[in-house]
Amino acid sequence: MNNAPPAPRPSPFSPFRRTSPWPARLDLLQSGSGLFLGLFMWAHMGFVSTILISPDAFWTVARFFEGYFIFGRPYPGLVSLVVALVFAVLVLHAFLALRKFPGDWTQYTVFWRHAGRLGHGDTRLWLLQVATGFAMFFLAPVHLYQMLVHPELIGPWESADRVWSGGFWPLYLVLLLAVELHGGVGLYRLAVKWIGFRDPASARRRLLFLKWGMTVFFLVLGLFSLAAYVKLGMDHADQAGERYRPVGVWNAPVQETRT
Amino acid sequence: MGRRLTLTVFRHNPREASSRPGTRDYVLDETPGMTLFVALGRIRDEQDPGLNFDFVCRAGVCGSCAMLINGRPGLACRTLTAALPERISLFPLPGFELIGDLSVNTGKWMRAMSERLRAWLHDAGDADPDRLEAPMEPATAEAIYELERCIECGCCVAGCGTAQMRPDFVGAVGLNKIARFHLDPRDVRSDADFYEVVGDDSGVFGCMSLLGCQDVCPKGLSLQTQIAWLRRTLARQGW
Repeated sequence: MNNAPPAPRPSPFSPFRRTSPWPARLDLLQSGSGLFLGLFMWAHMGFVSTILISPDAFWTVARFFEGYFIFGRPYPGLVSLVVALVFAVLVLHAFLALRKFPGDWTQYTVFWRHAGRLGHGDTRLWLLQVATGFAMFFLAPVHLYQMLVHPELIGPWESADRVWSGGFWPLYLVLLLAVELHGGVGLYRLAVKWIGFRDPASARRRLLFLKWGMTVFFLVLGLFSLAAYVKLGMDHADQAGERYRPVGVWNAPVQETRT
Repeated sequence: MGRRLTLTVFRHNPREASSRPGTRDYVLDETPGMTLFVALGRIRDEQDPGLNFDFVCRAGVCGSCAMLINGRPGLACRTLTAALPERISLFPLPGFELIGDLSVNTGKWMRAMSERLRAWLHDAGDADPDRLEAPMEPATAEAIYELERCIECGCCVAGCGTAQMRPDFVGAVGLNKIARFHLDPRDVRSDADFYEVVGDDSGVFGCMSLLGCQDVCPKGLSLQTQIAWLRRTLARQGW
């Protein structure tokens, strides 16, 4: 009786790797960068909307990210660093997502007709993702560059002046819609792309409910926040450029303000 | 009193030089339990003997009668007219070679896909017809059988925006086949071998998770589950 272990079965394929590992890496990178950006945007909305609590609350959040409460003085460069990271991830995500865009007139027509006749929600959502993603190629860099070079101008009056006197509100309005719609669909898509559901029908129903709930929540929050900045900017238009001085914050900094 | 149905049917014979693609309306009275198979049969018998469409089993097993029913891919033999409005449009499945009218050559597409993906069992080459086959865990056999229920009707390809846009995409039917052979303990291929055939943008990484396949599959296969699993498994090959 031969008790020797069986020889390993040979693979019928060449031992030499012919296929590049990059398609797998790019797919993961696209999903990973999208996940990062989607979650970042939700957190970002949380920070921005503190203006609805009070100007002091937003001032505190803005200074917190400049390390003021750790180092005793603000370092706006820290914000620039985060902006640079987000900018880099955005560029990476846009580059990777471009691979999925329809490439020519035929592909656009074919997809448009397909989506039109199929009457299928998830297919239509993809068109929304393409449109909002395309819009962000142009909208997001304007905002990001501003934040990169002038991180110190994040504050109740500073931001409100940018929104109203600086004429940024139309851009922010469109950007808000694009970001929230794109991010919501994208995060939903990530879930159905990577998670193997036992019961996909009910899982998707719940995910879509959650997705639309989050999108509506963040859109409403964003619209109210933007309205608050517009209102503040209108009231402050005569003194545009003046830095905000907190009223009721403990340990408020002795900050040079232009009067 | 039953309804009077109007079927708008795509008509074109690509082998006839004079034929121009267009549609023709057929009016007929609905009968109880009428399927599109019955309706089309009656049209051919009573109104237009030249109408082309494919049927073999009439029971949702052969996958020949897939077509676009009011824009949605489905099997004509499994679709009750009662579930549809009085105006019904029938078009051939997009993405496949047109034979004529509602008949498309899904077989040609499926064969090319199978050959490209090597969608057959790759055993160790030591098969012996005189030896008793190795037993398989019932759970494994069940899981393989579940994926084998695919009838290659082509609905998932016609329902997939990616496949429509990019003709080299293997579609859910192809990815489902890979998942099926991956499950099979008799198949000696490794993840790296499967990555060779579907590890790019025309394979699993091209899937944009639009889930048209999942929603139109007439056999109710959980294609989302299979594709997500395959994506996770093959993504590991990137490192």
